[in-house]
Amino acid sequence: MSLFDKFFPIQEARNELLKSGVNPFHVTIDKILSPTEAIINGQTTILVGTNNYLGLTFHPDAILAGQQALAQEGTGTTGSRMANGSFASHRELEKAIAEFYGAPYAIVFSTGYQANLGVLSALAGAGDTILMDGDSHASIYDGCRLGGAEIIRFKHNDVADLEKRLRRLGERSHRTLIVVEGIYSMLGDRAPLAEIVEVKKKYGATLIVDEAHSLGILGQHGRGLAEETGVEQDVDCIVGTFSKSLGSTGGFGISSHPEFELIRYTSRPYIFTASPCPSVVASTRATIRIIQTHPELRQQLWTNSQHLYEGLIKSGYTLGAEVGPIMAAMIPTRELALAMWQQLLENGIYVNLMIPPATPNGECLLRLSVSAAHTKKQIEKIISAFAELPHITQTHTNSAQVQPDAILN
Amino acid sequence: MISYADILPQLFDTLKPFTKENFRLKEQTELVAELGLDSLQVMQVLLKIEDHFDISIPLNNLPNIRTVKDLGEEIEKLLKG
Repeated sequence: MSLFDKFFPIQEARNELLKSGVNPFHVTIDKILSPTEAIINGQTTILVGTNNYLGLTFHPDAILAGQQALAQEGTGTTGSRMANGSFASHRELEKAIAEFYGAPYAIVFSTGYQANLGVLSALAGAGDTILMDGDSHASIYDGCRLGGAEIIRFKHNDVADLEKRLRRLGERSHRTLIVVEGIYSMLGDRAPLAEIVEVKKKYGATLIVDEAHSLGILGQHGRGLAEETGVEQDVDCIVGTFSKSLGSTGGFGISSHPEFELIRYTSRPYIFTASPCPSVVASTRATIRIIQTHPELRQQLWTNSQHLYEGLIKSGYTLGAEVGPIMAAMIPTRELALAMWQQLLENGIYVNLMIPPATPNGECLLRLSVSAAHTKKQIEKIISAFAELPHITQTHTNSAQVQPDAILN
Repeated sequence: MISYADILPQLFDTLKPFTKENFRLKEQTELVAELGLDSLQVMQVLLKIEDHFDISIPLNNLPNIRTVKDLGEEIEKLLKG
């Protein structure tokens, strides 16, 4: 037995995927052309699986700000903020995100993943309890584990199950952190936040919302689900990422609790990481300004989402949630999903293939993320590509007549 | 206070629907290896058990639960508070 034996099952699974000619989890983008187009396998491809919701990755303001910071502040910070000190621009970014949320305290992390690791592990430690939604992102699971709190999962979006578990905790509910997401990344569904806030208040717990996929998308000002639901005052902390609607990298946490500021002194993912690069910080500050001053981007995103949603429904697909920028077409089998994913790529459409164990309820999904930057023509091309896939036989006849090999060969 | 001896038959009853026909559950039955449960079924089993005994089994404790006996002892521990 060797240390490396545990990789054999993964190797076998990967080899099985490679038999289809392409590895959906190892796609190379040869050249990125725009927020919605790239060259993949020598072909111009429409990107509809990149979480580039507002299409800001090529915005001239963000590029110029990044270039200027690169020239003036250098390529990197070469260390952590606690050891090397913060650049003034780190402080400015924290001020910008705090002002955006109207919250007094904000901490910036080097990635969105680290924001969850850093905030969750610092907030809930030994002797505390975490009640997390079962469909939470891996960064939430990992952040909860890192802190050493007792972790209890509740059924996805099931407030009755959450309440039942709060009741079971008794007095311990006062030292409990409830963790939910604004929009869930796989199916695109939202947390029932108003009801969650009610039970949180009833049991005296603390609530954190991960707005990674809802920042810039939901709410009148784009602050996410808490704003859209009108419960910002009752949400104790928000975490999020700069890497989706804001088009850069990095993550953040905000709160009105003065103690939140002390996370800097206890959070290992904050203390022991190189701080964000100056160019990334500058680009992020630029895109925060853009989402504050260009609400029409959000409007365009919703128009595009509605268009694509209706097209996919008309083509016979079952989608995982109501209209939104994340759409998940549910496919009956892994083999069929892989074959469909590959056919789409050959037809110049890049989506995400999602299969268990990464998906909820063991679903196989073709996941799409819409961008405000998609043109009407691109959306129509995506719809046509989906409509032409031979899934329809299966959906309409409810039989397993579709042969994935027939698509692959 | 409910004891392990009381918990065990209730646990067998709760697990029964998740076993194949004629499978005889024992204390040493391995939940994943022998019952052939996938991760989704494990979640369903746990939810059913949690509701039956009105407890929440922390994720932190799951790696230590391999057999029916382990699960019974975990339930006993949680019921004792």
